[in-house]
Amino acid sequence: MDREEVRPDPLAELLPALSDHEATLEANRCLFCFDAPCTHACPTHIDVPNFIKKIATGNLIGSASTILKSNLLGATCARVCPVQELCEGACVLGAEHRPITVGRLQRYSMDFASDKGLELIRPGNPTGKRVAIVGSGAAGLSCAGELRKLGHEVVVFDKRGLPGGLSTYGIIKLREPIEVALAEADMISSLGAHFEYERELGQNLDFKELQAEFDAIFLAVGLGWTPRLGIPGEELIVDGLAMIEQSKTDEKRVVVGDKVLVIGAGNTAVDCATIAKRLGARAVTMVYRRTECEMSAYDHEYDFVKAEGVRFKFLTQPVAVLHDGEKVVGLECRSMQLGELDESGRATPVPIEGSEFIIETDQIIKAIGQEKPALAALLGIDTIRGFLKVNEEFETNLPNVFAGGDCIRATGSASTVMAVQDGKMAADSIHKKLSLSSGG
Amino acid sequence: MADLSTVFAGIKSPNPFWLASAPPSNSGEQVHRAFEAGWGGAVWKTIGAPVLNVSNRYGAFHYGGQKMVGINNVELISDRPLDVNLREIAEVKRAWPDRALIVSAMVESNPDAWRQIVRQIEDTGADGIELNYGCPHGMSERGMGSAVGQVPEYCEQITSWVKNVATIPVIVKLTPNITNIVGPARGAVAGGADAISLINTLNSITAVNLDNFEISPNIGGKGGHGGFAGPAVKPIALNMLAAVASDEVIVRSGVPISGMGGISAWRDAAEFVLLGASSLQVCTAVMHYGFRIIDDLCDGLSNWMDSKQIESLNDIRGKSLSRLSAFQDLDLAFRAVARIDQEKCIQCNLCYVACNDTAHQCIDLHNAIGQVVPPGHDVRSNGKKEATVNRPRPVVREDDCVGCRLCHNVCPVEGCIEMVELPPSRPAVTWSELSHVRPDITQDWDAMKRYREETGIHIH
Ligand SMILES: Cc1cc2nc3c(=O)[nH]c(=O)nc-3n(C[C@H](O)[C@H](O)[C@H](O)COP(=O)(O)OP(=O)(O)OC[C@H]3O[C@@H](n4cnc5c(N)ncnc54)[C@H](O)[C@@H]3O)c2cc1C
Ligand SMILES: Cc1cc2nc3c(=O)[nH]c(=O)nc-3n(C[C@H](O)[C@H](O)[C@H](O)COP(=O)(O)O)c2cc1C
Ligand code: SF4
Ligand code: SF4
Ligand code: SF4
Repeated sequence: MDREEVRPDPLAELLPALSDHEATLEANRCLFCFDAPCTHACPTHIDVPNFIKKIATGNLIGSASTILKSNLLGATCARVCPVQELCEGACVLGAEHRPITVGRLQRYSMDFASDKGLELIRPGNPTGKRVAIVGSGAAGLSCAGELRKLGHEVVVFDKRGLPGGLSTYGIIKLREPIEVALAEADMISSLGAHFEYERELGQNLDFKELQAEFDAIFLAVGLGWTPRLGIPGEELIVDGLAMIEQSKTDEKRVVVGDKVLVIGAGNTAVDCATIAKRLGARAVTMVYRRTECEMSAYDHEYDFVKAEGVRFKFLTQPVAVLHDGEKVVGLECRSMQLGELDESGRATPVPIEGSEFIIETDQIIKAIGQEKPALAALLGIDTIRGFLKVNEEFETNLPNVFAGGDCIRATGSASTVMAVQDGKMAADSIHKKLSLSSGG
Repeated sequence: MADLSTVFAGIKSPNPFWLASAPPSNSGEQVHRAFEAGWGGAVWKTIGAPVLNVSNRYGAFHYGGQKMVGINNVELISDRPLDVNLREIAEVKRAWPDRALIVSAMVESNPDAWRQIVRQIEDTGADGIELNYGCPHGMSERGMGSAVGQVPEYCEQITSWVKNVATIPVIVKLTPNITNIVGPARGAVAGGADAISLINTLNSITAVNLDNFEISPNIGGKGGHGGFAGPAVKPIALNMLAAVASDEVIVRSGVPISGMGGISAWRDAAEFVLLGASSLQVCTAVMHYGFRIIDDLCDGLSNWMDSKQIESLNDIRGKSLSRLSAFQDLDLAFRAVARIDQEKCIQCNLCYVACNDTAHQCIDLHNAIGQVVPPGHDVRSNGKKEATVNRPRPVVREDDCVGCRLCHNVCPVEGCIEMVELPPSRPAVTWSELSHVRPDITQDWDAMKRYREETGIHIH
């Protein structure tokens, strides 16, 4: 189908910017709590009442500075944070009223700073120490910026052609336009961090050389593509992450079926289903082994996608892709029932013998998570359930090799703001360690 | 249904609410619409000496997102020709015989000028005259307005000039720009005033422009003090009303008082009545929202009266005056402490920070098992659950609480912090009594210390 004429862009950023009037009204509604729960709930502990108060008083420079002080990627976080689970979810006005829209106010201040081209952060005095950062996603950028503030020299390597990691390639445009992520990386670069693209650790970037050349290394490589389902015909299934990536970089070329199945029920699956629906699929159904109680998508994401008209098929496990040559015609599935609780407390799905059935479809998308970092074994880094293992200081078993972000997130749900906090805390640890080694 | 009808110095109106002499009562057409909306009366925008007005004459004080908590103006008296005003006043009065129509006036300070304006007003059929002794700008420099209101002798003299010729009731409107408002009030009564009204506007500068350092609002690059009114002045107006209404000379004279200054809702109105007002005037609230606010003013007052089984305003007028007391007659043994209703508390900790930083450090944060914990959180703790489920609760250490009431005042949740009255731990005594029997303690901290030890007063 021809989407050229569809106006406006069906994937354009969903929430409009707050007008000055809206922002002032909302900021004045904030109670300016002391030791505020929103600040506690924010993984980077932004002083939320303070930055909101500064919006109310018309001190937007101060407001943006307050945000950046705790979170260099405030512009991305303002858009992508699952605020219902974080700052806004903890707002004291939430219980009996409407919580303050912290995320949108944060975006208001960050937009002000970027529209005005303000340089609110300064690099520190040179320390002579050099740190290599592998991966320019949220964790890498945050660490790079914090280290520059402390005066260390920083080189960021990324295997991709653009910085930003999943902010650039993975978070759907409805939440964050690609330009915001790139502008943020530019800001880190203007602090004096050097970026080298298309440098992949383990391929054209040698770990031993990095260790020799740099005083410390921060690994922020994130996770990989979607894992295999291990079912016949899998090569005809679309990788959800690749589809999202194309929707960000080359939306017009995204191929969407008419009757689409999305396998999985996490936030990424929700994103894939949303894209398919918005780009023209007539029917989109999410197929999940367990029930809505176990699905890992946030409640607000589940509500959102239901409102988009996406349907659900629970207790259903894919068994094989049915196809006519290269053309997908159906997905053979098996019904499941819930069994015992697993270690994470979720009920294990158990197949019901002889319950196989077929769902007709012309496109199947899988979104069942991301592969664990493959680098660990190569570099000789200890892992925990496939993730890089670090101590309290974010240091791996290899001295002066630190790691953070999704690649260490063995428990809890991964999010951009968590990666930012990892990068910030790791920078602190790196700084402490490098300061010790220089005797100062 | 409570009876709101009012008789004020012989002037009748169906309810006590009158438009104050100001822009809302500037023309016949406006007053006509106000009466249609239900206003009980109007004091016509002050007429008198010829004037010219300027643009940008209203400034505003906005606070915390609330627009126009106060308005400031450098408007003069009516700039419409005298004869036009007089003709419209006559027309309105003819059309609305049941409403109170009072004409505010201000002329040069000589008997002839006053005699003339009084005659002209009486010819319109108006119910009364209000002498504007309050205007704090423009007119005062010409020896009128607050230049009169600030000097009790002038008040008396001009009032007597007017009373010599007037046959309709004369109300004297007082300026608040004075240390003790009772002086001019007594002057007015001595001059024969039939009633008093208060307050006019307060000297003020509302803002300075941070872009160009001009006074805001700017009038051709300049600005100056103007008269301030609206919700922000209510507490000042109530105090002045109470001072006048409880003054023995005024009480003996029996003159009624028309109260104004910050009345925007029926609650304010009820408070003015309880402190002695017989009629109520409103300006700023009407300038903010229009004549339609009369509906809630009447309705709210009447519903409140019904709920308290109050039949008429006469039954409650001045009822709270007996509760007025000077500091030295307050009971020093009275004791109240703050108590937090944990069910209502939303844990904003505004009480905690207010008490801790600026009062008496007697609110603690308690964790789930009742231990006192410091504010703050671990950097690795996050998410709504961790931030809310075990969020410490503010608890008052009642033994240390001096009952200053600050936490109660800052708490955003209605009824959440209650000031609980405790049985006194010592006999009632006032400062007057105490300083009479123990004069030493008023002079000497050591004596005070001994007194405190004897009576068990601990202040940490
Ligand atoms: C589809 C999707 C949607 C999401 N939506 C949200 C959301 O709305 N809100 C939210 O908070 N979180 C969301 N997340 C999670 C969030 O994107 C991640 O938690 C966050 O990006 C993690 O940042 P990171 O820096 O650890 O990793 P990444 O962002 O994955 O960055 C890793 C970087 O490392 C580079 N790299 C990898 N291997 C190498 C190598 N060997 N050599 C050199 N460079 C390498 C990659 O190219 C990449 O740039 C989403 C995730 C997905 C998959
Ligand atoms: C713009 C403006 C113009 C006013 N003009 C007059 C006036 O001409 N004569 C007068 O007696 N009072 C005048 N006042 C004072 C009001 O009558 C009233 O005393 C004062 O505003 C307090 O009441 P409020 O708080 O309800 O506004 C004026 C007030 C304002 C705001
Ligand atoms: S960074 Fe995210 S969680 Fe933190 S305050 Fe901003 S929007 Fe909320
Ligand atoms: S909890 Fe809500 S009201 Fe309180 S400071 Fe945070 S955003 Fe403002
Ligand atoms: S100010 Fe009121 S609501 Fe806020 S913490 Fe104190 S008692 Fe609770």
